[in-house]
Amino acid sequence: MKIRKTTIIIHVIAWSVALIWILPFLGVLMTSIRPFNEVLFGWWNFADFHPSFNNFVEAWNHPNVPLGIGMRNSFLVAIPSTLIPMLVASLAAYGFARFSFPIRDYIFAFIVLIMAVPQQMIAVPIFQIMNSLGLVDNYVGLILVHSAWGLAWIILFMRNFFLTLPIEIEEAARVDGASDFKIFYKIVLPMALPALASVAVLQFMWVWNDFFLALILIFDSERLLATQRIPLMRGVFFVDWGVLSAASILVMMVPVLIYALLQKYYIQGMIGWTVKG
Amino acid sequence: MRIKIPPFFSLPALIRKSFFAPALILIVFFVVFPVLQTVYISFFSPSDEFVGFDNYFDVLSQKEIVNVEDVSKGLSQPFGLGALVHNMIWISIHLPLSLFSGLILAIILRDVKGASIVKSAIFLGMVTPMIVGGIILRFTFEKNVGIVNGLLTFLGLEQLTRSWMAYAETTLFALIFGSVWLWTGFSMIVYSAGLTTIPKEYYEAAKIDGASSFRTFFHITFPLLKPMTITVVTMTLLWELKIFDIVFVAAGVSGGPGGAANVLALQMWNWAFRAFDFNRAATVATILTALTLVITIWMTRYMVKK
Repeated sequence: MKIRKTTIIIHVIAWSVALIWILPFLGVLMTSIRPFNEVLFGWWNFADFHPSFNNFVEAWNHPNVPLGIGMRNSFLVAIPSTLIPMLVASLAAYGFARFSFPIRDYIFAFIVLIMAVPQQMIAVPIFQIMNSLGLVDNYVGLILVHSAWGLAWIILFMRNFFLTLPIEIEEAARVDGASDFKIFYKIVLPMALPALASVAVLQFMWVWNDFFLALILIFDSERLLATQRIPLMRGVFFVDWGVLSAASILVMMVPVLIYALLQKYYIQGMIGWTVKG
Repeated sequence: MRIKIPPFFSLPALIRKSFFAPALILIVFFVVFPVLQTVYISFFSPSDEFVGFDNYFDVLSQKEIVNVEDVSKGLSQPFGLGALVHNMIWISIHLPLSLFSGLILAIILRDVKGASIVKSAIFLGMVTPMIVGGIILRFTFEKNVGIVNGLLTFLGLEQLTRSWMAYAETTLFALIFGSVWLWTGFSMIVYSAGLTTIPKEYYEAAKIDGASSFRTFFHITFPLLKPMTITVVTMTLLWELKIFDIVFVAAGVSGGPGGAANVLALQMWNWAFRAFDFNRAATVATILTALTLVITIWMTRYMVKK
């Protein structure tokens, strides 16, 4: 079979675009695994090439803002900030999908509208509330805000998913005398596992990647999250791009790995959240 | 089919309400109340006197938000125009560029072998924390070490090389083009999903009728992708209005030299947490939210009409 000329051109274009797109990432990767004097005039010069993990070790044990502790802190915040809203929002989403009461649709529309609100809109009062509760510099405060903040989109996403489930099974269980809660966790939740996986992947990534909420609630240098440590590693007069690149790679490694391993759930979540929503 | 509503205070009714209770409590305490509080603060002076819309007039006349003097000079001095203007410039460049690059890529990649690898490469920017994205942008545009200047040198344009983020004239534009690089993956993925919903028969019919690929695109593909376009436009607009992390880390906490790349979200943070002027900060936040709500309501109304 003759390969058409346009097919070749399209392949060349597509793969060149991919290559160009990846260049900045490649640059940071190359800088992170090489001593800084080698990349001083461009990481694309390979006259000297001595790869090592020194920069990673240095970033991990940075004297002012060790990234290792930051990564641990980020996990401590991101895991509960994923699980709590997943559970809480699933309950509410099931209610919105199955129970009818007078102002249900208005409350639901209101919750959807909340999704558009920028974090800046809650920043000042949240800081004041947490300050008066003594929860500044405390992960409980940050976790509560992240959980509440994630609820709106998870409720929307899970409610749309629950609406696609056949109602007959639940009705049969109800006829057999099962309570609402029992139906929810014995029948509905197991069927919702793929959707919950999408929620977990997206919510975890957003919390891990978040910078703003951490910035306004966590100040203690011991407790800073991973994303907060990155800007602090950039010195004022001299930038050690080697260490900074290594730190960047470490912080982005977590969401990139999750994306690589759980891509199916990520994309389903993304598409379901936007297009169908 | 409807489930019968039990009387309001019966046990089953209370159980059903308890499904909503934890979510509503969290949302009311940590979202609704703070939002209302922010609106409230924006109408009061620092000494807690009601001042009506004075804060809004005050904020909009600050040169950090709209720099009237520099705006009137036009593009001869294209920097420090004020955060609101910068957000608008951001939208006018970033929205069409990222939307159409995503669309074109989605269409091209339908017929490419290994398209999923190419897509993953482009989508990487969406997965990366924005704080890291900002660092990568800064690095990419840096003199000597950055690839942008490397390419310029390669093309013989050595006199153009510089640390793009460090100069007032170029900070904003370097960031905007960099953010296109980070965000195009989103529109590509949404359009890719949309393209799979268009039946093949439409294209076959168009081919039989002898329609050019140009016409096929404008009469079949693009109209059928309208829901995706609405989604991409909305989400991109919201993202552009909320932009914060990459400016913070790539241009600096004050938004670059002379505030040349300052944006609304960053100015809000600066007023709130560096100047401790909560009233001004709340006013900026309210303006920002008003903008995002207008966009969201427009999208929801479109989606409901459909």
